[in-house]
Amino acid sequence: MSTATEPVLGFDEALATYDPVMGLEVHVELGTATKMFCGCPTEFGAEPNTQTCPVCLGLPGALPVVNEKAVESAIRIGLALNCSIAPWCRFARKNYFYPDMPKNFQTSQYDEPIAFEGYLDVELDDGSTYRVEIERAHMEEDTGKSLHVGGSTGRIHGATHSLVDYNRAGIPLVEIVTKPMLGAGERAPEVAKAYVATLRDLLKALEVSDVKMEQGSMRCDVNLSLMPKGSAVLGTRTETKNVNSLRSVERAVRYEIGRHAAVLSGGGSITQETRHWHEDTGITTSGRPKSDADDYRYFPEPDLVPVAPAAETVEALRATLPEPPAERRRRLQTTWGYSDLEMRDVMNAGLVELVEETVAAGASPAAARKWWSGEIARRANTEGEDVPTYAERLGVTPAHVVELEGLVTAGRLNDSMARQAWEGVLDGEGTPTAVADARGLELVQDTGALEAAVDAVIAANPDVADKIRDGKVQAVGALIGQVMREMKGQADAGVARTIILERLGQA
Amino acid sequence: MTTDLTRATAAELADLLGAGTVSSREVTQALLDRTAAVDGAVHSYLHVDGEGALAQAGEVDRRRAAGESLHRMAGVPVAVKDVLATSGLPTTCGSRILDGWVPPYDATLVTRLREAGMPILGKTNMDEFAMGSSTEHSAFGPSHNPWDLDRIPGGSGGGSSSVVASFQAPLAIGTDTGGSIRQPAAVTGTVGAKPTYGGVSRYGLVALASSLDQAGPCSRTVLDSALLHAVIAGHDPMDSTSIDAPVPAVVEAARRADVSGMRIGIVKELTGEGFQAGVQARFEEAVQHLVDAGAEVVEVSCPSFSYALAAYYLILPSEASSNLAKFDAMRYGLRVSPEGVDAPSAEQVMAATRDAGFGDEVKRRIILGTYALSSGYYDAYYGSAQKVRRLIANDFAAAFERADVLVSPTAPTTAFRLGDKLDDPMAMYLNDIATIPANLAGIPGLSVPSGLADEDGLPAGFQVLAPAMADDRLYAVGAALEARLTAAWGGPLLDRAPDLTEVAR
Repeated sequence: MSTATEPVLGFDEALATYDPVMGLEVHVELGTATKMFCGCPTEFGAEPNTQTCPVCLGLPGALPVVNEKAVESAIRIGLALNCSIAPWCRFARKNYFYPDMPKNFQTSQYDEPIAFEGYLDVELDDGSTYRVEIERAHMEEDTGKSLHVGGSTGRIHGATHSLVDYNRAGIPLVEIVTKPMLGAGERAPEVAKAYVATLRDLLKALEVSDVKMEQGSMRCDVNLSLMPKGSAVLGTRTETKNVNSLRSVERAVRYEIGRHAAVLSGGGSITQETRHWHEDTGITTSGRPKSDADDYRYFPEPDLVPVAPAAETVEALRATLPEPPAERRRRLQTTWGYSDLEMRDVMNAGLVELVEETVAAGASPAAARKWWSGEIARRANTEGEDVPTYAERLGVTPAHVVELEGLVTAGRLNDSMARQAWEGVLDGEGTPTAVADARGLELVQDTGALEAAVDAVIAANPDVADKIRDGKVQAVGALIGQVMREMKGQADAGVARTIILERLGQA
Repeated sequence: MTTDLTRATAAELADLLGAGTVSSREVTQALLDRTAAVDGAVHSYLHVDGEGALAQAGEVDRRRAAGESLHRMAGVPVAVKDVLATSGLPTTCGSRILDGWVPPYDATLVTRLREAGMPILGKTNMDEFAMGSSTEHSAFGPSHNPWDLDRIPGGSGGGSSSVVASFQAPLAIGTDTGGSIRQPAAVTGTVGAKPTYGGVSRYGLVALASSLDQAGPCSRTVLDSALLHAVIAGHDPMDSTSIDAPVPAVVEAARRADVSGMRIGIVKELTGEGFQAGVQARFEEAVQHLVDAGAEVVEVSCPSFSYALAAYYLILPSEASSNLAKFDAMRYGLRVSPEGVDAPSAEQVMAATRDAGFGDEVKRRIILGTYALSSGYYDAYYGSAQKVRRLIANDFAAAFERADVLVSPTAPTTAFRLGDKLDDPMAMYLNDIATIPANLAGIPGLSVPSGLADEDGLPAGFQVLAPAMADDRLYAVGAALEARLTAAWGGPLLDRAPDLTEVAR
């Protein structure tokens, strides 16, 4: 397999000639306690091959039984994606040989998916909405996991031997397939990323999966083709497998657009194939050829009976759907009084839940946003984590933010002291109060000392003082700064301002 | 009552055991001794588990002595077809590819046998993965018909039919995908029943064709089959296709043996032409016996049956090609490295193992099924076959409007000679012409001996078919016929079979 870099056309140049068409396939591991067709536990990270039984090992004679919880989750996903729910559908066998697939067929769904014909509205950075049409969402089981040992790349090529862990075999999956996404133009990479992000938020709100892309509980395959501008004929597509972060989705789409464009504009043709995504270098390399004639010899799974959810069951499940994330965001933005930009920043940083909890715990929306998106976000970014994960690991909670804001409003800390206290909390020095105590952070409440400092500063700046006496109140800032320096920062700037203005007859 | 424990029926043994006249260990030992004497010639077993069976028998004797309340069949030994998973006992399905595999779990029906306290004598021979009508496709050599050791004992369950016909076991478990319980019963002069699809759990039954397979009882009398049927039947949450409904009252039906007023439908398409004269003659006599017993005869037509064999040989291979994909040398069973390949890939090992591990008939059906499911051919083959299946079910539904049960000869001929049809798959497949429709429709069927054909003196079988979940009717008709025929013969048909101890020696 060649990993040589292929020529890539500049993004703008590519988009000047071609329209990209995308199709995304997202696999979601459901968070059910047991596997799709047996009673084995699904917990992530167990010792290899400890969560197996005759059914998920595909032992001769063993038979599958459908996990009703998984079916419910699949129906709820379908409903949340505005899909129709099949009143009657079957599982099908997808036949192919692979060592990590115990039965050498995957029990999946073929032409009778549980959910079909839906859509998901995706909000873009410019505030516009792109509607992603959903073709289908179907149930299937995951395969085991192969570990190729002895090669340099971890891939099968060059490996001396392979190990298989069947703990993952039979974990319930829902595969969500979009219809071809047309007309996104230069926004294609953004649309792809926004779709996956929106889908992730939706699945999280549904509580059907932990949707951790880094752990593989949500996996994305990106189909992409180009067609000459104005054409209505779809080009040959490639399928880039396992693009497993939001950023990678965007980058992979961008890369493939450039690569396809380079091939096509050079007079070449695109090979229909899978592509491997390389996170580190940001490129894709050729995988295996994939033609529409790939023959999985699907047929209805004879070991299972059809799934036939009653209309009442479907409606009962519909009633359990959470508020759609987009609506919820609009509601929260109004409640919190955030600007569009502020709300988008909070969303993009994945802070919505944290802010919500913090406000619920008693903080003002402004303080919640301010503290969660400041220093902690910078540190989390350095660690390569999102803020909620980082905060959880550090043991920093909404209560800390509430306490910090309380110290400010009570007049104990000014803004700069509060920042120091917050840093102390992040450094693991304890609660904001404990940090303030330990670091001696305390506004000077003794007005005598403050008044003395004010008088000294007025005396030292007679010309500025005269301006203020003449009504140029805005000049007070210069004096406040000096007072604060005199007080070594331990004063309340608001109080200092009041005293200065009093002294100069402007109160 | 017979004094030779090996010739006693299961019902008789249950009575003797219940009364404390004999112990389960005595019965088990007698049967094991019989196996030691005759199985070298018959080859019913692939594995005999004397130690295990005696231990189970001893346990039942101990519990009985302690006054525990036991299942009515407790202590009655049984043989199990080697297609059912038995924990701690090899399970090969008659295939090299599973040579040496010992399942870590019991099939649900095996669990039920154990829970009833029925010692498991061993695992019986079969055509590889139940593909065949003669046991000649067993990788471990054929079983022989106790009536004539040069002839086939039927298949695929020839081990289970011959094990009861040669008095090595009063009962055996068989499985029937297209006739593998009923046809062997017919050609060995024994009884075998295929329950309604979903009546007996398939969990642990190594699948040939999932939508057709059904396990059931083999025995020498109708009542014995009913007794075994009652032990193994009933809903199993581990099998999604298992029917969640009460088990039909098969034992009571066998005991009452009452056919008065019952409408017996003769299936026009399953008699006459293509059936051996002696088989046909015994069939007609049997119908007359039922009329004498008070039944009413009607003739019914099932025109779609003429497509049954073709549909069956598309559906079965299709499902089998997928079911047998799991035998890939990765986790269990045989593993063969390809010759002359230095560091073979997993795929190369899979291919070499499947090449060495599967016999010709298995390969033939895998190829057939793989082809039939291929894109572009699916609709023409698998899709059309499923439509035929629906038509056959419709034919049955219409026939059961006019008749309570349907009857036919079980197999077109008596037992043929070993080797006679080995090179002619179509001739072999035609053996199941009368039994296959029941599997396609999921309805129950039973074969009961109808006598010996005049031309060769070999047993012929009489098949009874009933609507789904009306398995009790099979036993009512079978028992009524058996009673009248046994009286006419002056004793069980198997009394006329050769004394195998002479032949074996």
